[in-house]
Amino acid sequence: MIEANGLRKTFNKGRVVAVDDVSFTARDGQITGLLGPNGAGKTTTMRMLYTLLRPDAGSMRVDGIDPEVEALKVKRALGVVPDSRGLYDRLTARENIRYYGDLQGLDRRTTAARIDQLVDVLDMGEFIDRRTDGFSQGQRVKVAIARALIHEPRTVLLDEPSNGLDVMTTRALREFLRHLRSQGRCVVLSTHIMQEVAALCDRIVIIADGRVAAEGTADELLQRSGEKNLEDAFVRLIGTDEGLLA
Amino acid sequence: MRAVFTKELLDNFRDRRVIINTLILGPLMGPVIFALMISFMTRQATERMEAPLELPVVGAEHAAQLIAFLERQGVEILDPPDNPEQAVRDETHEVIVRIGPEFAEHWREGRPAPVEIIADQSLRYTGASIARVRGYLSAWSQQISQARLQLRGVHPDVVRPVFATVTDLSTPESRGGMLLAFLPYFILITVFMGSMHMAIDTTAGERERKSLEPLLINPMPRWQIMAGKLAATTFFALATLGLGLVAFVYAMGFLPVADMDMALNLDFRVAAWAFLLVAPAALLAAALLTILASFAKSFREAQSYMGMVIIVPMIPSLWMLVDPARAETWMTLVPLLSQNVLILELVRGEPINLAWVGLSLASTTAVALLLALIAATLYNRPRLIFTSA
Repeated sequence: MIEANGLRKTFNKGRVVAVDDVSFTARDGQITGLLGPNGAGKTTTMRMLYTLLRPDAGSMRVDGIDPEVEALKVKRALGVVPDSRGLYDRLTARENIRYYGDLQGLDRRTTAARIDQLVDVLDMGEFIDRRTDGFSQGQRVKVAIARALIHEPRTVLLDEPSNGLDVMTTRALREFLRHLRSQGRCVVLSTHIMQEVAALCDRIVIIADGRVAAEGTADELLQRSGEKNLEDAFVRLIGTDEGLLA
Repeated sequence: MRAVFTKELLDNFRDRRVIINTLILGPLMGPVIFALMISFMTRQATERMEAPLELPVVGAEHAAQLIAFLERQGVEILDPPDNPEQAVRDETHEVIVRIGPEFAEHWREGRPAPVEIIADQSLRYTGASIARVRGYLSAWSQQISQARLQLRGVHPDVVRPVFATVTDLSTPESRGGMLLAFLPYFILITVFMGSMHMAIDTTAGERERKSLEPLLINPMPRWQIMAGKLAATTFFALATLGLGLVAFVYAMGFLPVADMDMALNLDFRVAAWAFLLVAPAALLAAALLTILASFAKSFREAQSYMGMVIIVPMIPSLWMLVDPARAETWMTLVPLLSQNVLILELVRGEPINLAWVGLSLASTTAVALLLALIAATLYNRPRLIFTSA
């Protein structure tokens, strides 16, 4: 479970406000979507949650742990697929994943067993022992996801997971995220694609200009905006249609 | 930390280009260039000394005796060019001797007879020829002056109040040491070359691949991740150093040093001492290059910084070359300079001064650890993590 309260982050000595005031809660056994146009502050919010950035103000809890106090403990509780997948081209997919198992402090046997499981679930058998040089976007995302889940984290953060994926891979990805939800995990993903949240998310947090514009289930958002479909609701709630075309 | 270390090694061993560049070409480059340079230099020097001197003489007819003397010494007298000054400037001739018409007159009157040596002394390679011409002239001059004194019933020793000799205490090893003056530079540069690629790949490369952000999300203190990377870079530097020294030992075996009455004191024992001396410098090089490369966003940017850093190990060597000072204790406290001084002492075959070795190791290790500590804190700066932030 993630609780974020009044998060704020500025860059360039306060001149650029990336995240102004973001509060939301993401519960276990649910998929929470952070929806917003490009540059709304989704990635910065994510980076604060996985402790690579320190918030200027506000507080966070991941399963009750304060990242500011126990950064390492939070990192152990989280599985993160950042915007940049960053695989090592000269290593095979298996070696890439094993490296993260080592970094998580798992022993080699556990790592090997879990890799076999993930190969199964994510359908990676065809390319698991090939060097990642020349992998397709879909293959890269799968390896990045497997790498992030090797220590079986309770909470999973994904930044723009379906970026650059084709329809079939996107469908498989959604299926996998539902699978994670069914295991009772807390899944948080950021996206700027409406269909994604509509198809997948139990709760939607709309972020615009570094603030939470609205929060709730898809139905609640429709009701609040008085619109009939989610896209119009989104435009109404963020008060502009810029970013949708981006 | 071990995980990072092994992964970086595995990752880079997979890259054939890296292996060839750093572990094969890097260590070989120094010894090969060095050996070629020295054997070329010595061959040139001996050829110059032994080849008959070709000497154009202007106005040879004014001093037939002198010319005869020179020819007896094996000098080949050539017809002079029309414009001797121009010929020297054009470098068609190194040295030309001009004997003016007044020579004969002065000679008869017993006054010093003028002989002019035309040469460009700023051309380094003419030095030997000028010295040879001067040598012949003064030998002849001495011969004549002795004859003149004896003719007047004076013992020639009267005009030789002092008899100076040089007792040369140099050993074949120490003369060989002169030849090896640039060896420390070549050894030090191997650790910089050896750590360069790794330092870039593990930092700037990681940023370029955008793999640094996911890496730092792992539950591991950031200094440990950096420590693993530094360890891998240092390992590469040490491997390059070791291979380089072995290559040096073999390369020196091919040099015709015995002909020059020199001995190159570079066997495996000396190489082992050199390895020990330079080992802390490997960590220093690794840390320094890692710090620099961490600030670069891409491989290319990092490489452009490296060009400047390669000059760093050159500074002490060049300084020692320009101003060959005696080894003193303070020198052993300056990293890179101390390795220079002590390796030179080693190859000269001097007894090893353990206190100096200790000081050198301690001071270099201290500076290297300081740099490593700085490197370890780098990943606490968000600016160095994100490719765009």
